[in-house]
Amino acid sequence: MTDRTRVIPDRLQSPLERHLKSWESLLILVAVAVFVANSFASPYFLNAWNLSDATFNFTEKAMIAFAMALLIISGEIDLSVASIIALASTAMGAAVQFGVDTPGLVLIGLGVGLICGAFNGFLVTVMGLPSIVVTIGTMSLFRGISYIVLGDQAYRGYPSDFAFFGQGYVFWVISFEFVLFAILALIHAILLHKTNFGRAVYAIGNNPTGALFSGIRVARVKFILFLLTGLMSGIAAICLTSRLGSTRPSIAFGWELEIVTMVVLGGVSILGGSGSIVGVVIAAFVMGLVTFGLGLLNVPGIVMSIVIGALLISVIALPRLWQKWRG
Amino acid sequence: MLKRLLTSREALLAAAIILLLAVISTRFPAFVSPQNLGNVFNDTSPLILLAIGQMIVILTKCIDLSVAANLALTGMVLAMLNVAMPGLPVPIIIAIAISLGAVLGMVNGILVWKLAIPPIVVTLGTMTIFRGLIFVISDGKWVNSHEIGEGFKAFTRAAFLGLPTMSWIAILAVLLFSIVMARTTLGRSFYAAGGNPHAATYAGIDVGRTQFWAFTISGALAGLTGYLWVSRYAVAYVDLAGGFELDVVAACVIGGVAIMGGIGTVMGAMLGALFLGVIKNALPVVDISPFWQLAISGGAIIIAVALNSQANREKGRIILKRAEHAT
Repeated sequence: MTDRTRVIPDRLQSPLERHLKSWESLLILVAVAVFVANSFASPYFLNAWNLSDATFNFTEKAMIAFAMALLIISGEIDLSVASIIALASTAMGAAVQFGVDTPGLVLIGLGVGLICGAFNGFLVTVMGLPSIVVTIGTMSLFRGISYIVLGDQAYRGYPSDFAFFGQGYVFWVISFEFVLFAILALIHAILLHKTNFGRAVYAIGNNPTGALFSGIRVARVKFILFLLTGLMSGIAAICLTSRLGSTRPSIAFGWELEIVTMVVLGGVSILGGSGSIVGVVIAAFVMGLVTFGLGLLNVPGIVMSIVIGALLISVIALPRLWQKWRG
Repeated sequence: MLKRLLTSREALLAAAIILLLAVISTRFPAFVSPQNLGNVFNDTSPLILLAIGQMIVILTKCIDLSVAANLALTGMVLAMLNVAMPGLPVPIIIAIAISLGAVLGMVNGILVWKLAIPPIVVTLGTMTIFRGLIFVISDGKWVNSHEIGEGFKAFTRAAFLGLPTMSWIAILAVLLFSIVMARTTLGRSFYAAGGNPHAATYAGIDVGRTQFWAFTISGALAGLTGYLWVSRYAVAYVDLAGGFELDVVAACVIGGVAIMGGIGTVMGAMLGALFLGVIKNALPVVDISPFWQLAISGGAIIIAVALNSQANREKGRIILKRAEHAT
């Protein structure tokens, strides 16, 4: 089922041709089309502040999607990310009740993210368990702990300077979250595309046994990727909690689906081994613009989720149908 | 033979359930009265039915995260059908439930078989699409008890030889699928396709088509459960059985179904479901908040999958030993 055959062509494509035919340029076309369609569909779309608001639809999810992209390229997956957000947010909310200040809250958010990531990484790399089941388990475990702590209550009363992370603006309409999104995108792009570590991630995704025999510490790399995903979930938890100003156990419910969709839409192979951060960045914009545009047209959230689900299946199905049709 | 039977996964799990019941009975003797145990079994019947379907899917190296959404969509369609056509006899309703569920399962199956899309992606996608469709057809409204016909509700309340019909259906399904899995070509091909897909292909088994049938069976059982659920609780709404797919996967993993495919029994799936059912019903009795349930399910998944991987490693060695002694 997962056999991938590679055909070596007689002649290499020119770089220009390769770029034009790439998944990323197709995505850019889609993004532009969505942008144009939106600006015709709603008179409120082309407004700097509205567009700035629209970025909040994807910045927090995209931060996790970058790390998730690396994880999926290496052949693993983490479905517990949304639950890590819930647990980190609950921990920060609980700390507020003890009068912890903003730097302390940030440390707690990052720390919980790292611990959760380490827990996933331990179960997968040390215990040798399949990541899909492990993270389905930790998905209920982490959110379950939030439910035990909070029940049907909510934490509020975050310090006023904590609001900056989710509501602050760095310059005019450029939000702090958007700047953070750009910086994290750059860091992940360099990590994946310009370092030995990044090459190891691709190698593991393509052939874990081969990677092991060429001297890559497969378990360690995977563990670091789970840590990274946990850390990004912690950062997203800080931004989201700061933006909402409250914590309920159902916070960020169902985000894992949107994040995986974003990664797959960005051209990362769900079987591992290929993909790029640029693709994920453009996919984030596409999804953000689609949901924002539908929102302006008063489409309810659950109907948008049909669009997301269909998008997830069709971005994988369409290329395969195309290949089949061409024989 | 007897020793193997006593140390089998199923026997251990049955012992664990009896131990659990014994511990509860020391403080709450009423919990183990035959009538209450009957109630626990009846409450767990939907989980047993879904776990059987999920087990078959997992046997073939797939996973079906759309079962709860399938259940809810079928349930909503039937409830609305009942409101529109109150005279529809129950056998026809059940036939519609099973067929509709099977068709929804076939959608998953086709995508996995014909387009070779990873099952986790397919069913994550269809899960949200099915849920979204419930909102679209119902307009977000509830179908309440007083709108649902008496005949529709009476079916699951009728008792036969002291047990409600829902329990009988679960028992029949366990018997039927025990025979199918052990004694039919299709049943054996589920094990073969998951145990070693390459060998199965050489033996003339179409692995993709076997996976398709697994999803179809899982869907049909989900559809049937959809009717039973709405009939029993006399209500249908968008979030019906939300998150139940995790309990179903948990029941399978606890029941000794190996997530990598090829290992698992109907009896194990049933016992796994009963284990969760006993815990769920015992929580309010021993005065623990129901908010603990999510975390307990998650913890149970992780512990069970860790134990499974250990047990399966041991198993390989024991088989070799036995073969050595035989010669």
